[in-house]
Amino acid sequence: MSEPRNVIIVGSGPAGYTAAIYAARAQLAPLLFEGSVTAGGALMNTTEVENFPGFVDGIMGPALMESMRGQADRFGAQLVTDDVVSMDLSGDLKTVVDGSGTTHTARAVILAMGSAYRELGLTNEKRLSGHGVSWCATCDGFFFREQDIAVVGGGDSALEEATFLTRFAKSVTLVHRRDALRASKIMQERAFANDKLHFAWNSQVEDILGDNKVSGVVLRDTVTGAARDLPVTGLFVAIGHDPRSELVKGQVDLDDEGYVLVEDRSTRTSIDGVFACGDLVDHTYRQAITAAGSGCAAALDAERFLAATE
Amino acid sequence: MGATKIVTDASFADDVLMSDKTVVVDFWAEWCGPCKLVAPILEEIASANEGIVIAKLNVDENPQTSASYGITSIPTMNVYKGGQVVKTIIGAKPKAALMADLAPFL
Repeated sequence: MSEPRNVIIVGSGPAGYTAAIYAARAQLAPLLFEGSVTAGGALMNTTEVENFPGFVDGIMGPALMESMRGQADRFGAQLVTDDVVSMDLSGDLKTVVDGSGTTHTARAVILAMGSAYRELGLTNEKRLSGHGVSWCATCDGFFFREQDIAVVGGGDSALEEATFLTRFAKSVTLVHRRDALRASKIMQERAFANDKLHFAWNSQVEDILGDNKVSGVVLRDTVTGAARDLPVTGLFVAIGHDPRSELVKGQVDLDDEGYVLVEDRSTRTSIDGVFACGDLVDHTYRQAITAAGSGCAAALDAERFLAATE
Repeated sequence: MGATKIVTDASFADDVLMSDKTVVVDFWAEWCGPCKLVAPILEEIASANEGIVIAKLNVDENPQTSASYGITSIPTMNVYKGGQVVKTIIGAKPKAALMADLAPFL
């Protein structure tokens, strides 16, 4: 077991990296576990980020994460591209076990594990995953050139994916269970103006068809109850995210949906010395900038906690 | 370039299908975030396991091979033995999970 740290940050993305920048500049020598295949978080699967302040012409999601990572690195944060497999947050000294089985200890822990794609929960979804069912438009859109495909969802990320996919596909049908979108006005206007983008309103994906690859989806009309087949070769699932709180379940208090609960106007969890930020706590805003802001707050809260318990 | 081998549409038959060794082919592209995360893990596995070949095929530059194997999601890692696909791994995974998937072939 190595020497106790001041603070360990679990998770990367804008929240984790920003916490690392602040903690490193405060001379806390933070250790950050980025995740072996989740490093950079949700933004790694996005394209252009147009609303992060300071970038007049926008910036690519992965490039933004690379910059934040570099900034944390410059101030001496120790960044480890490995997963955390377990944590014990009780007591004054918290323990964190990494993917190689090494145990690390720290007086404070910042949780920034973010969220994971939500699945439709259909049997055929798993079976056809990678054979037409996808969660990553930027990765897989390329394979659907001149084909008819569908995106399920109604939020900003669903619209962003659908709009992006029209670059490749012959047509993209956005399947949404309501008759209006949750997405921002600017995204909606762009989508409605796109000739290749069609809408299946009041529709739920009930089944995914195909033996070895997707050949269509069965849609159920949420108003009339009628079912119909939509022939598509690809289905992109963008129905939201669930917080990655499994590792701390039963330790810090969570809400009904699994988000980590924090004290108002702070990042303090139900355990002293444990702070949480980013998508792990936020089901309201869920933006790169709000995640970064809460990562900053978590580092400041941790710094104050460490100073007070010195 | 590290321990992995670059293969193309042109070299696929010779380097993969006709190989005496088991070959793991990583179908990837420059614009795929998860592919970049899995790349260093594959390099590590390649360096530590000289009995198998870990190859990389850029789907952007080599559309024929990716189409003929029905690749619609990357990263996809196909394991080839005697010219046949014996296992398909889809999506980036942590090293331990990838090692478990590849264990029968190492």
